Amino acid sequence: MRPFRYERAADEGGAVAAVAEPGAKFLGGGTNLVDLMRLGVETPSVLVDVTRLPLDRIEPLDDGGLRIGAGVRNSDLAADPRIRDRYPALAEAVLAGASGQLRNLATTGGNLMQRTRCPYFQDVTTPCNKREPGTGCPAREGEHTNLAILGHSEHCVATNPSDMAVPLAAFDAVVRVVGPEGAREIPLAEFHRLPGDAPERDTTLRKGELIVAVDLPRLPLAARSRYRKVRERASFAFALVSVAAALEVADGRVADVRIAFGGLAHKPWRASAAEDALRGVAAGPEAFAAAADAELAAARPLRDNGYKVDLARTALVQTLVELST
Amino acid sequence: MSVAIRSIGTPVERVEGREKVTGRALYAYEHAPEGVAYAAIVTSSVARGSVRAIDADAALSLPGVLGVLSAQNAPNLPGAEGELAVLQSPAVAYRGEIVAVAIAETAELARQAAETVRVDYEQAPHDVLLRGDHPELYRPEKVNPNFPTDTEEGDVDAALAAAPVQVDETYTTPTEHNTAMEPHATIAAWEGDSLTLYDSNQGAWNVVQAIAKVFAIDAGRVRVIAPHVGGGFGSKGTPRPHVVLAALCARHVGRPVKLAVTRQQMFTLTGYRTPTIQRMRLAADHDGHLQAIVHDVKEQTSTVQEFAEQTAVVTRMLYASPARRTTHRLVALDVPTPSWMRAPGECPGMFALESAMDDLAVACGLDPIELRIRNEPEIDPESGNPFSTRNLVECLRRGAERFGWDGRAEPGAHRDGRWLTGMGVAASTYPARRVGSTAHGTAEADGTFTIRITAADIGTGARTVLTQIAADALELPLDRVRVVIGDSESGQAMVAGGSMGTTSWGTAIVKACERLRAGEAEVHVDTGDDEDPGKDFARHAFGAQFIEVRVDPATGEVRIPRALGMFACGRIINPRTARSQFLGGMTMGIGMALFEETIVDPGLGAFMNHDLAQYHVPTNADIRDLEADWIDEEDFRVNPMGSKGIGEIGIVGTAAAVANAVYNATGVRHRDLPITPARILATRQ
Repeated sequence: MRPFRYERAADEGGAVAAVAEPGAKFLGGGTNLVDLMRLGVETPSVLVDVTRLPLDRIEPLDDGGLRIGAGVRNSDLAADPRIRDRYPALAEAVLAGASGQLRNLATTGGNLMQRTRCPYFQDVTTPCNKREPGTGCPAREGEHTNLAILGHSEHCVATNPSDMAVPLAAFDAVVRVVGPEGAREIPLAEFHRLPGDAPERDTTLRKGELIVAVDLPRLPLAARSRYRKVRERASFAFALVSVAAALEVADGRVADVRIAFGGLAHKPWRASAAEDALRGVAAGPEAFAAAADAELAAARPLRDNGYKVDLARTALVQTLVELST
Repeated sequence: MSVAIRSIGTPVERVEGREKVTGRALYAYEHAPEGVAYAAIVTSSVARGSVRAIDADAALSLPGVLGVLSAQNAPNLPGAEGELAVLQSPAVAYRGEIVAVAIAETAELARQAAETVRVDYEQAPHDVLLRGDHPELYRPEKVNPNFPTDTEEGDVDAALAAAPVQVDETYTTPTEHNTAMEPHATIAAWEGDSLTLYDSNQGAWNVVQAIAKVFAIDAGRVRVIAPHVGGGFGSKGTPRPHVVLAALCARHVGRPVKLAVTRQQMFTLTGYRTPTIQRMRLAADHDGHLQAIVHDVKEQTSTVQEFAEQTAVVTRMLYASPARRTTHRLVALDVPTPSWMRAPGECPGMFALESAMDDLAVACGLDPIELRIRNEPEIDPESGNPFSTRNLVECLRRGAERFGWDGRAEPGAHRDGRWLTGMGVAASTYPARRVGSTAHGTAEADGTFTIRITAADIGTGARTVLTQIAADALELPLDRVRVVIGDSESGQAMVAGGSMGTTSWGTAIVKACERLRAGEAEVHVDTGDDEDPGKDFARHAFGAQFIEVRVDPATGEVRIPRALGMFACGRIINPRTARSQFLGGMTMGIGMALFEETIVDPGLGAFMNHDLAQYHVPTNADIRDLEADWIDEEDFRVNPMGSKGIGEIGIVGTAAAVANAVYNATGVRHRDLPITPARILATRQ
């Protein structure tokens, strides 16, 4: 661990100004960043603590949606009655992640910023294109049992570890940021990126930008949503595969649907092909399986993670069957 | 000799419980000698080769850094061998080996300095993968600790050829790590030629002997203090390289030095369970009577020193069979040296044997409990001696009744929603051995008694149990007896290992207390040369493990809603701490069955999942209705308390019971651990 300076931001502008210094990073709950500092993966010169900013509220939006402050702790997010009633898959996803102690600390903004848990990324004695661009990706030939099957590149096969981000992607959430060039909005589905030839970049955030909120649009459909997380251990484990889905069936046909996968790619994977395949068709296991196949046709599993294709298909079918009955 | 019962058999609370929950109990790293400095380890990033150069200039230029040691400047240690020959040569024998250490005024600075040290390697090709057809497999001279490598009795090949029912399968277990809650840590302080070590270990006396030899000093000049230890599971049963390193650092800077092994470093520096490849051949008649058992084991050691896990030893004694062969073969790879991990030998060996017995039960069309009862030996098949006590059948029967075994369905026949459910059983056994130990006893002026013994309480409750034994032997209430442990000044004593601690220490304590009760004020006893009343008997603890599983065949998820361990382990001295030992062992066995696997990257020669976020052990959510119980038994041929060791038997057989339950649930046999969703899905029909 390298020495670093600690600063506490008084307001958003001050935070953005403080992080302009080379090597500076924002500090939320620290549940991932501090671990990575201990491992030598992250070596910030300054930590700008943003947890005292007034970003810890969940507030109604005019359109009937909700604005989640970036500083809202994961535990508070999952416990909020409005989230539980109107976006149950989000509450379930947050509760499926980490442990109670970690959720008490982790923030909404920080959750979106967490790094991959790829074993090579976390071990500075090994090559890793995400950590040290150009050094190579040993995971492709080495251990990748729980790494990506969708959207990976020759440079990186890491997965995004967030549970929370999966229903956010399904529900068309929008990330609100402020930065040196002002404020802007980034659709959640475009917030995380695929690795391509620049795996060192997890997100489309520009330098110095601070997440201030995540907006959930009004989505009545989401009141009937589930998050299904498959893992070998019953708790405190990252997903092998997860699914967030919302489904509305009318007269036996799929009236509307939202689907995103976790654990499959470098970003939460919005399953648009599956959604398109489902709209208007008769709801049932065969249609659900066909929709899964439509999405997973693009899967390019590695030597040891082909099981994830099967698992994602099953998890989606199980979840949609549950939602439709 | 036997002791009158008063405290023994009662659920006494831990005598140091209040100290522990209030944080007053000091663990190794928490001691604070004056002027202490801090050290941080640098480990190798290549799996084989040698250190060409160490550049410590940047580290040494940091204000507050006191020194950097490597093979370039470390003193010669005349008595150092194997893993304890720390910094004695530039050769690198495995990835994660100690190549340097930084010493500084603070722990943070030491860590920073260690990260700043640059190591240049001459890299050589490495081989870290155990394979059943490895060309360099060899026959070790003995297996841990000193069992014969191979055994053979009867005409095995003829029996195999003639028997109508055959099982011939290979079972594998992966590399597994102990990962005790308290990482290894040592504080070393020299005063002249005398060395004091505050160290987290399972036996202070053993540490004294090993360290005195390494530094070629008289054992009387080394004192090891370890009053509280946060788990060990065998990984602290022998001094690890960092203990030597801490002493080297303290000598180098002329101050006491604190050294903590990080969780990540534990995966290469503190031992692990070798992976195993086990071929089992069982031959039986149509009624399930074994005609031959063959257990051939392949496993790994390092090029640093040999460790040969005694995986097939259990097959030598568990079941009756006219013909039997057991073999162990090793290959020395470019890996850290494997070592003890809870029930070394018995634990992986029983996964294979008890899975194969389940395979045989299927082949014979017999209930697996009935199959085991039919193969119950009258005498120990290995030694020909009678068993001092053997209540395996009683455990199986009592456990079956309690568990509702008669509700078990045919394989794959029981469904509950998306879950297939099933039950499995496996036998459990562990040797009940004893080693000589010394103890001191003092009759204090205030009417109390103090017993001093170099025992270790690694979270087991040993301190409490020994206090109960002493109180009963003195025929006094508990509050008039104090047992002081974890200090090598008290003399030679058994390590907390091999389920021999309580037996060995308790026997010495009873002997000391008998003399105190006879009126002596100060006694020193040694049981090393005492007559062993059970030497002509085979002495083992037994048990039966029952597991219920739920398997989602579509996702491969396996959950364990219910488990029962029924044990026969002599007299249970403290039901509270004993229950905890059994449940802990069973929990670890469930982890072995479903989660635990150290991932090896063959290209890098590295263990990859080297922390508890990646190396999964069970969480509370994985352990539901878990029950342990025992049958009434006492065995004074083991020790004067009538007890047997219980530290390890809880893990033995658990993984097989899980695998057997998964078979019963799904109709698919899993012979490779752990049984992960990926493996379940791969075998989906």
